[in-house]
Amino acid sequence: MEKEKEKVTIVVFSGELDKALAAFNIATTAAAMGMDVTMFFTFWGLNAIKKSEGPLRSKGLMRKMLNWMNRGGSKRLKLSKFNMLGMGTWMIKKLMREERMPSIEELIAQANRLGVKLVACTTSMGMMGLGEDAFIPEVDSFAGAATFLGQARKGTVNLFI
Amino acid sequence: MKADATLDCTGLYCPMPIIETTDKMRELEIGQVLEILADDKGIKSDMPAWCESTGNEFLGIEEENGECKVYVRKRAE
Repeated sequence: MEKEKEKVTIVVFSGELDKALAAFNIATTAAAMGMDVTMFFTFWGLNAIKKSEGPLRSKGLMRKMLNWMNRGGSKRLKLSKFNMLGMGTWMIKKLMREERMPSIEELIAQANRLGVKLVACTTSMGMMGLGEDAFIPEVDSFAGAATFLGQARKGTVNLFI
Repeated sequence: MKADATLDCTGLYCPMPIIETTDKMRELEIGQVLEILADDKGIKSDMPAWCESTGNEFLGIEEENGECKVYVRKRAE
């Protein structure tokens, strides 16, 4: 009988490009190493898995304002430092392309292909007024903290980014 | 060292050599040897770790002019 796969969980709390890159880098590597990987996206972390195109529908003025200021989508993620009105982010993306490093979009596609499970936090979605249609189709499920803990308690590597 | 297949990962950084090795190994039969060409120094530590985790056999590294030839024998599906 095949031995049970090691479990890895990653909480993606942050919504910045560099942190999302780190999270997806570890997730894809772990999956390639034969581990069972689940990524939980919560709070600002949801930005990495929001659709980049189309409007975000949400109810109420405050939520509309929040989602206008915090639109998200992988293409809009900024560096956690040296963003410099987008110039720093643009430069890092250019350097990464020059070095043939995978973009965040490519890493998300690789993660999906390697069977990494993407889970969006329903509490954050409720607070921000986001429906399931706000997210990219690669998202596997929508769940809460108990689902994360249920996985993490069996996990050998559990990260919070 | 004699290899059954070669994978060129020169110019690629972590995690791509590991991901591409995972894909390439699916095409090999158990017992066959894969040669991986890489110039990211991380491979020297990463490939033994990948082998240990996946149950494949790390055979060794030949280094020449900053380029690594890494040899891995397929031991598991």
